[in-house]
Amino acid sequence: MTSETVREVHVDDITKAVAEMCEAATHVLPDDVVAGLKKAQSTETSPLARQVLIEIVENVEVAKRDMIPLCQDTGTTVVMLDVGQDVHIVGGSLRDAINKGVSKGYTEGFLRASMVDHPFSTRVNTKDNTPAVIHSEIVAGNKLGITVVPKGGGCENMSKFQIMLPSRGKEGITEFVLQTIEESGGNPCPPLVVGVGVGGSSEYAMYLAKKGIVRPVGQDSDDPETAEFERELLEKVNALGVGPQAVGGVNTAMAVNIETYPTHITSLPVAVNLQCHSARSKHVEL
Amino acid sequence: MPVTRNGDEIRAEPPFTDEDVAQLRVGDHVKFYGTIYTARDAAHRRMITALSEGKPLPIDVKGQIIYYVGPSPARPGRVVGSAGPTTAMRLDPFTPALLDQGLKVIIGKGGRGSVVKKSLQDHKAVYLFAIGGAGAVLSKTIKKLDIVAYEDLGTESIKKLEVEGFPAIVCCDMYGGDLLLQGKEQFRNQDVLGAYQSVPPAEKAG
Repeated sequence: MTSETVREVHVDDITKAVAEMCEAATHVLPDDVVAGLKKAQSTETSPLARQVLIEIVENVEVAKRDMIPLCQDTGTTVVMLDVGQDVHIVGGSLRDAINKGVSKGYTEGFLRASMVDHPFSTRVNTKDNTPAVIHSEIVAGNKLGITVVPKGGGCENMSKFQIMLPSRGKEGITEFVLQTIEESGGNPCPPLVVGVGVGGSSEYAMYLAKKGIVRPVGQDSDDPETAEFERELLEKVNALGVGPQAVGGVNTAMAVNIETYPTHITSLPVAVNLQCHSARSKHVEL
Repeated sequence: MPVTRNGDEIRAEPPFTDEDVAQLRVGDHVKFYGTIYTARDAAHRRMITALSEGKPLPIDVKGQIIYYVGPSPARPGRVVGSAGPTTAMRLDPFTPALLDQGLKVIIGKGGRGSVVKKSLQDHKAVYLFAIGGAGAVLSKTIKKLDIVAYEDLGTESIKKLEVEGFPAIVCCDMYGGDLLLQGKEQFRNQDVLGAYQSVPPAEKAG
């Protein structure tokens, strides 16, 4: 037994928190991302790219001031949970509570409903952006951490995954990341936050990449070797010349965030998840 | 005049002729006035189906603008929600058929594939990009919105917008120019990239 006391969290509080986060995340960009955009503005050498960045920063200000979503694509609602093992969810189902929150947030917040059911045939809009894509991890403690990530389609569609021969190592990862970004050009709306997941299994590598795009811009990996690789990759990504909105420039990405996990002796799984400059997310702890 | 230049500022109002399009070149900053039609994935699929069945399009695109956008809902008392461009390349398979119908100006985000670029040249038409992810700022230029076709598609219905000063930058002109390829070439730093060999942009978005 842990020394923590079991805490109850009511589903109504979860629904309320999720609804509020959907609206807040789609209108107010996190401070670390705004700082990343301003830094890009100050280092950009292309006049056209600089102008693009000025307009992107202006958009951030207008969205917040006038309560207009930063982007019309208010995304797939990805919800990442850190469930303390000493939390007891009461009053109903956790999944239903999250989806009720998404429905409320998107309907009452005038956010675009972008989810379609029957994806390979009739593609019928579910009208309230449900269901959320939910990931959960069991962690120590008696708190419930909820991160809401409204993930736009333009950048998500440029994701790539590959299982490499282990011998390809850093060189193989570098080439794969650079190719993914260069091929996608302006489609994912650079300057990007690049999430790279290395290791684990196929599905876990992409989950790691997704965790990468949620890590704040400017926060290095805790592991010194990984942090150094992140710096090397960021320099190379910005040497591609793609630039903001792909007009040409020295700011193709604001950050490259690599998340790793041990993997099988035969494997080197590598996943790349791209996040647009409107790198929206919101976190609370209940 | 549909296209007028005043120093660096270009003002454009449809309908456009070949001669109007001929004035627009890669990198030009254009402000649009008047009518813009919206259409994205689902509306394009329906329009192309209509054409293949020999039926008329629900809107006359001759000389007109299509903007690839699916806006977010308007708050009460407002014309529209956020209204930035979506990825243009996804519409590549449908674009030549609409250019055949006389469409002159397209606005989206990102680049276009080689088939569309050739088609723009053949039809004397132009593709511009608006800044992706700047939907709040762009929405301010939209003064009126009417749904004119495929209402059941919701955000993907065809809408008729009236705009004042909607900003976009010429990306692919009728002379075969491509701003994105030129820009990347100019700012690529091969010394830093080392052994990495540059790859062309993908020809399709997904």
